[in-house]
Amino acid sequence: MIRYIIKRIILMVPAIIATSFIIYFAMNMTGGDPALTLAPENATEQQIEEIREELGLNDPIYVRYGKYMLGMLKGDLGTSYVTKRDVFKTFMERLPNTIELAFTAVLIATLIAVPLGIYTAIHQNTWKDTGGMVFALFGVSMPNFWLGLMLIIIFSLNLKWLPSGGKEGIRSLILPALTVGMGFAALITRTTRSAMLDVIRQDYMTTARAKGASEKTVIFQHGLKNALIPIITVIGMQLSNALTGSVLAETVFSWPGVGRLIVDSISKRDTPMVTGAIIMSCVLMCVVNLVIDLIYAFFDPRIKAQYSRKG
Amino acid sequence: MAKLNDNNEVKSRSMAQETWRRLIKNKGAVIGLIFLLTLVVVSILSGFIYDYDTDIIALNMGEALQAPSAAHWFGTDSLGRDIFARILYGARYSLMIGVGAVAIGLVIGVTLGAIAGFYGGAVDQIIMRVVDVFYSIPNIMIAVVIVSLLGTSTVNLLIALCFTCATSFTRIARASVMTIRDQEYVEAAYELGLPTWKIILKHIIPNCLSPIIVQVTLLIGTTIIAASSLSFLGIGVPSPAPEWGAMLSEGRQHIRDASYMCVIPGIAIMLTVLALNLLGDGLRDALDPKMKK
Amino acid sequence: MTDKILEVKDLVVQYVTDDGCVEAVNDLSFSIGKKKTLGLVGETGAGKTTTALSILNLIPSPPGEIKSGSIMLDGSDVLTMDQEELQKMRGNDVAMIFQDPMTALNPVMTIGEQIAESIELHEKISKKESMERAKEMLKLVGIAESRAYDYPHQFSGGMRQRVVIAIALACNPKLLLADEPTTALDVTIQAQVLELIKKLITERDMSMLLITHDLGVVAEVCDDVAVMYAGRIVEIGTAAEIFNETAHPYTEGLFNSLPNLKQRGEKLVPITGMMPDPMDLPEGCSFAPRCPYATEACKKANPGLRHLGGSHYVACQAYERENFKLGGEQ
Repeated sequence: MIRYIIKRIILMVPAIIATSFIIYFAMNMTGGDPALTLAPENATEQQIEEIREELGLNDPIYVRYGKYMLGMLKGDLGTSYVTKRDVFKTFMERLPNTIELAFTAVLIATLIAVPLGIYTAIHQNTWKDTGGMVFALFGVSMPNFWLGLMLIIIFSLNLKWLPSGGKEGIRSLILPALTVGMGFAALITRTTRSAMLDVIRQDYMTTARAKGASEKTVIFQHGLKNALIPIITVIGMQLSNALTGSVLAETVFSWPGVGRLIVDSISKRDTPMVTGAIIMSCVLMCVVNLVIDLIYAFFDPRIKAQYSRKG
Repeated sequence: MAKLNDNNEVKSRSMAQETWRRLIKNKGAVIGLIFLLTLVVVSILSGFIYDYDTDIIALNMGEALQAPSAAHWFGTDSLGRDIFARILYGARYSLMIGVGAVAIGLVIGVTLGAIAGFYGGAVDQIIMRVVDVFYSIPNIMIAVVIVSLLGTSTVNLLIALCFTCATSFTRIARASVMTIRDQEYVEAAYELGLPTWKIILKHIIPNCLSPIIVQVTLLIGTTIIAASSLSFLGIGVPSPAPEWGAMLSEGRQHIRDASYMCVIPGIAIMLTVLALNLLGDGLRDALDPKMKK
Repeated sequence: MTDKILEVKDLVVQYVTDDGCVEAVNDLSFSIGKKKTLGLVGETGAGKTTTALSILNLIPSPPGEIKSGSIMLDGSDVLTMDQEELQKMRGNDVAMIFQDPMTALNPVMTIGEQIAESIELHEKISKKESMERAKEMLKLVGIAESRAYDYPHQFSGGMRQRVVIAIALACNPKLLLADEPTTALDVTIQAQVLELIKKLITERDMSMLLITHDLGVVAEVCDDVAVMYAGRIVEIGTAAEIFNETAHPYTEGLFNSLPNLKQRGEKLVPITGMMPDPMDLPEGCSFAPRCPYATEACKKANPGLRHLGGSHYVACQAYERENFKLGGEQ
């Protein structure tokens, strides 16, 4: 098992190198000449050349990429063109906000969606099922940022219960987390329902009933435990998506997270910031995916056995 | 051989009929289908009813920010433009971008997936690893980066969105091809000396049709949401076009004094995507009755 | 009190779907004596498993529904029990062995836990004690105690079926329902498992309903035999009566389609045709379309059970004719 984890961590390295390669080249080949963007309006050719020299822009791109990767090993992702601040530090400042929003949203989504998914599966083809599925259908059909706007109109403009944006204390977290969470909840409900429907028809469910187990035990002990893998997969996917920043919710609620950092930096043509932030997001995503794969092993002995063999 | 083909045709025709029979029994799918057909008709007719320059984008400051009334059913925006007209006219953007991006993604994705699945080995590895990278990054993020690299325009938006569509078609096509590749009738076709591309086109593609049809319907919905999201961020369809996401972005500036500007375009997006999802779910059940059980 | 552990009377079970109504079990009546084994024989789809699940009142609903009849288990009717009584009865009074051991075990629980669960549900003992009991059960079915902490995927099919047997017998039920317990196993393993079941039920004074399509198994294990066709019993009696004085054309067909190892080279005589679509049963005797003895009368009315002597009954109109004998009339 430990060997499996180590192997997975080693395998992450080429993935990160490949991703950073694509992103670095894409950002630096097409982004235009940053020296021109940075130079003051009436700068002379001389001054622009000095800026180029200072940023190391005169080196061939593969040399610059090499230097960039060496810096990355030391936690140095360069300096923002716009704020002149360290990219890594800026990212790390924003990250806790994104993590806070992501985890709260996923938690809300899970608490709503998993019970709802189980409930609809048990009552398949009744009006209860239809009701739950209509809720989920609306959830996946709704643009997330629009839901955010609606929540602002209802809860902060009309009822004046909650702030409409910014980040001050727990109250400002509720609306953005609900916004992000509802979109996730819809997906998780659908996945839970179909996973449970698969499981409900299995023979071992009849075995459990024939033992004299109550319906509750049968559904939760035997059913849910077997349906967990697809449910964990979809929850994990939502989490890793949310960790790269829920760009839209962060924009609607002026939430100072990673997603907005990337979008803002793109609009300001802040190449080092965009490159660094996206690469960091990818690293983060790799880690989350690994953790999810390890959680599988915890719930399913067959997967655990598979890991040990591969280990 | 000729006789065999005849039989196949009879069978596939009756399968299409069978699917259709099951589809129209599904209330949700029928509602979705009717809504979508209406929307297509509306978006075509709106081009004859309204003049883009005078009715859709012309400023009319005298009537700015009027709440919904008999004269302006959905009210007017901050520049005095009739929101009802803009919503109807805007349907074409969502539909065209959604269908367009999915269509381009379909061609690219199925080609790549068929190649990867059919040849296997190194080709497969390279294609699938690249697809995996794109699949693991949220599509909004990919689209944001691509649009920002290429610049803001409707065409670039289309390119950005077809990327994410392509990845999911690549996966479906590859999986289907890999299961079908080793079936006896494909091997038989090989031994008859049919060229590879003909085998892919004649035997393999028709067999992965049902998951692709379902995915097309559902992806058009996702793509419409993504397109409006990018427009909302200001990097989608450029102003002053009445794209629904862009209208929401304008509406957000007036969320306090004219909240209907925020409500109405969102409902338009939601109903369109809802109709697509209803149709997609219905199609999935109709194409694969086993899945419903 | 009667000497019967189970008495099924006029049982009717239907599955109602969008496409129509399947009459899975029709007017079924039989009984099992204490410490006796009844073999329920018939083709796939004859309604055997439905019968067994009805006894546990576990017909999946929807789409299944027990329309009428009674199932008296040691004097009380299973069909009128409430949820609590049912849970008390299942596993404790009546236990079931399922056909496919590959799917009957929960893949994410250790086999020890799965056996112990049954004990915990019916006896007020601690987790640790029930686990000890589970290990004893494992030993009883011939599996090392140390394997109690293994998962189903670590066992072969035959071993899994032993685990399923251990689960069923954990609470010493009075009646065991064995639904084709050996069908899914390798031929070499089948005899072992069957022997094990036979040994355990004799040791523990249990009754058994053995569902099978294998007449060889019936000959080896059963006291009484009921032959089912399309949801109805067509012949019922003691094993000796069924084997020596075969009365129903369908039972005869079953015997004729068995290979006889002593007379190699002899031609097998299959039953022609297929079982009728249970959604669309023919009028009259369901077997008539495939029956070599059928007359016009057979296609009109459904034959009731006719007493032949002893405990032997048959549902066949041919016996209204004088001197009718299987194989010998023409």
